[in-house]
Formats: sequence, structure tokens, C-alpha cells
Amino acid sequence: MGGLTKLIVVFLSIALVNNLVFMRFLGICPYLGVSKKVDMAFGMGLAVTFVLTLSATLTWIINHLVLIPIHLEYTKYIAFILVIASMVQLVEMYLRKFYPTLYRAFGIFLPLITTNCAILGTCLFIDLWGYNLVKAVVAGFGGGLGFTMAISIMAGIRERLELVDLPKALAGPGITLITAGILTLAFMGFSGMVK
Amino acid sequence: MIDKGGAVIRRSADGGGGGGAGVAAAAAMVGAGAPAAAAIPADPGTGRIAVTQFVKQLWEENPTLRTLLGMCPALAVTATCKPALTMGLAVTFVVVCSNVMISLMRRALAPHLRILMFTLTIAVFVTIADLFLRAFLPEMSEVLGPFVPLIIVNCLIISRAESCAAKNGAFISTLDGFGAGFGHALALLMLATVREILGNGTWFDLRVLPSWWVPWTVMKLPAGAFITLGFMLGTITYLHTRRHGRG
Repeated sequence: MGGLTKLIVVFLSIALVNNLVFMRFLGICPYLGVSKKVDMAFGMGLAVTFVLTLSATLTWIINHLVLIPIHLEYTKYIAFILVIASMVQLVEMYLRKFYPTLYRAFGIFLPLITTNCAILGTCLFIDLWGYNLVKAVVAGFGGGLGFTMAISIMAGIRERLELVDLPKALAGPGITLITAGILTLAFMGFSGMVK
Repeated sequence: MIDKGGAVIRRSADGGGGGGAGVAAAAAMVGAGAPAAAAIPADPGTGRIAVTQFVKQLWEENPTLRTLLGMCPALAVTATCKPALTMGLAVTFVVVCSNVMISLMRRALAPHLRILMFTLTIAVFVTIADLFLRAFLPEMSEVLGPFVPLIIVNCLIISRAESCAAKNGAFISTLDGFGAGFGHALALLMLATVREILGNGTWFDLRVLPSWWVPWTVMKLPAGAFITLGFMLGTITYLHTRRHGRG
């Protein structure tokens, strides 16, 4: 396989086959919390994609150029979470200064991303799978897009669910999880596409 | 005279769980709201507050089933019971330790750096838990994989730090941590019990269903996790609504 083909495989694998939400259970909190309206869900997805691409790159660089050479791998988790928290802070400051429109569009979602387990989880999975730098960047971007797709589909379904006469006890998180389960069954169709 | 004596006895009985020093410590620690509350004779002592907090976290406000915090591990590690129990205990360890630590240093926390300090404290204890699991339960550590480090971003722990440990003394925070941790473990075990019995016919690797049972493979897959948890939340909300009139 050529280099480009490999990258496409990495991208498809993390966006569809190993979709963060459906197959790896990462980022369930925003997935349940911010999926009431399609535009909000899409905004959250884009913010996650943005931060995820950046932090996947940066944590890879820090892990391989700083922590591994000086044998401090056991401080990995602390280093990763610090990188992600400061990255979110930095992105927030940068956007507020230079792209105020975009900043207002992201709104509350940016600070919330720090505790989104999709970010830390993807960085840890990239480390576990032993990706190189280019693959890490592609995986971060693909993971974010996969998340955006999952949360947007869910929001679309939930907008229609609002109008449905549900048993009272199931309304809200109950039916959302059951819907997510059925969506997961659909996404299982992708498994086996990429080894 | 008699009246006064009665009040003193009642007072000490209330504070019994927390020890004599507990009441004074609580009054000193809780801050602005506390002196007013302490002036009322029937003031519940630290012990009672702590026990109430423990019970509330365990079931009535169960972090996973009622307030929907910490859902990612609840779905990811509950295909069988053993990893679910290990995960529950690991989370309990982290939430208790971080609660105690944060409640001890809450006076020194600058408000704008609060969340960062919470996260770092939690990350330290998660690293300890991860290294412990890797050293003593290597095969379990293999199964749980990155979900042990992911305890760092488990919103259950940070929410306990923010809403209990940052405001209360170490004793209340400890019991609150145990309540939240055991509540989370209980929720994980309930989900894992359903999934393992239906998906595998076993419970903690003991065969419970007869051999003619055809295992529901879907229960072991992600889809089964979502659907089971969805119906479980529905059932719990239904029971809660029936008892309290409104969910």
C-alpha cells in the first residue's frame, strides 16, 4: 500500500469503523447533552474536530520528543490532560481576539471540550496503536469528523423525536440511548471494511 | 438545667458519627452559611450530614443512573462483571482520594485555577490507580485498556470535587466520595449483570443459564450496551416517578 492509501485507511477506520461514539464510547456526555438541535450539535462537532486535531498533534510531539527520551512516560496522563486544557484555553483566547464571529458561534462548547473524553481518549488510542506523526494528525481529524457526523445524525433524529408521544419514563436520556443503540447497529455494517 | 442538659445530649448524639470534634470543625469549615445553621439547636452534626450525603449519592442521586455522569465507562467496560467491578473500585479510589485532597486544600484554591487544580489532582490519583492495576492485576489492566486513564475526564469525579469537596470538610467529602464511587460501581454492576447473563449465560464467569440458552451476542457488542442502559434508565425513572409523583 502506498503512503496515501494508508492514510485514507487510517481516516476511514477512525471516522467510520472505530467511530468514537458508537464503537469506542467516547464523548458520550456531549453526545447526550448537546444533541437537541442540529446547529448546536454541528457547532460542538466542529469545535471538537478543531481541538482534537491540534491536541492529537501536540500530545504526539510531546510524548515522542520529550517524555520518551527522558523516560517520564508514567507522567503521560498528567502531561496529556495539561496539554489539552491549555490547548482549549489557547484556542479560546486566539479565537476571541482574531475571529470573534467564530468565537461567538462556538460559545459555551469550547471550555466544555476540556472534559470531553473523546479528546483524551483519542490521544491515548493513538499512543496505543503506535501511529507516526502524520497518521496521528489524520486520526485526530478523522475522529473529530466521525464525532461530528454521529452527533449531527443524533440531533436530527432527536428533533423529530420531540414530536412523538413517548412513554414518560423513556423520554429524554432513555430513548436517546436506545436510538444510539440502533444507530450503532447500523454502523456495525462498516466493521470488516478496514482491518 | 434539665432542658440544657437534654440539648447537649441531643447535640452530641447527632454529632456521634463524626466524633466530638466533628461538629466544631464543620462549623468552622463550612463558612458563611454555617454559623447561622449552628445556632439552631437541632443542627444535624457532621456525622449525620456525611451519612445522608453517602446514602443520597449511593441511590437517590446516583451519579450514573440519575444525574447521567460518567456514562463512557458505564458503557465501555460492562460487557462482563469482573472489569465492571474493577472499574467501579478504581473510580471509588480516585473519587475518595481526590475529594479528601481537594477538601483539604480548598482554602488555597484560586477560583479561576480551580478546575485545572481539580484535574491535576485527579490525574495524579488516576496514574497511581493505573500503575497499581498494571502491577497487580495485569490481565484486568489489559482488558480495561485506556479506560483507566480516561477516569481523569470522568465528569462524575470533577462534579463531586466542585459540588462537595470544594465546600465541605474532609470527613463529609470522604463519605460523599465513597457514596458516589459505590453508586457508580453499583450502576456498572447492574448493567454488567444484565449484559453478561443475557450475552454469555454467566455471572462473574459462573454459569447461571442452562446450556440450551442461545447467548444474545448483541449484548456483548456496543449496541447492546446502549440499548440496555437506555431501558435501565427508563425503568429507574419509572420507579422514581411512581415513588415521588414526579421524575
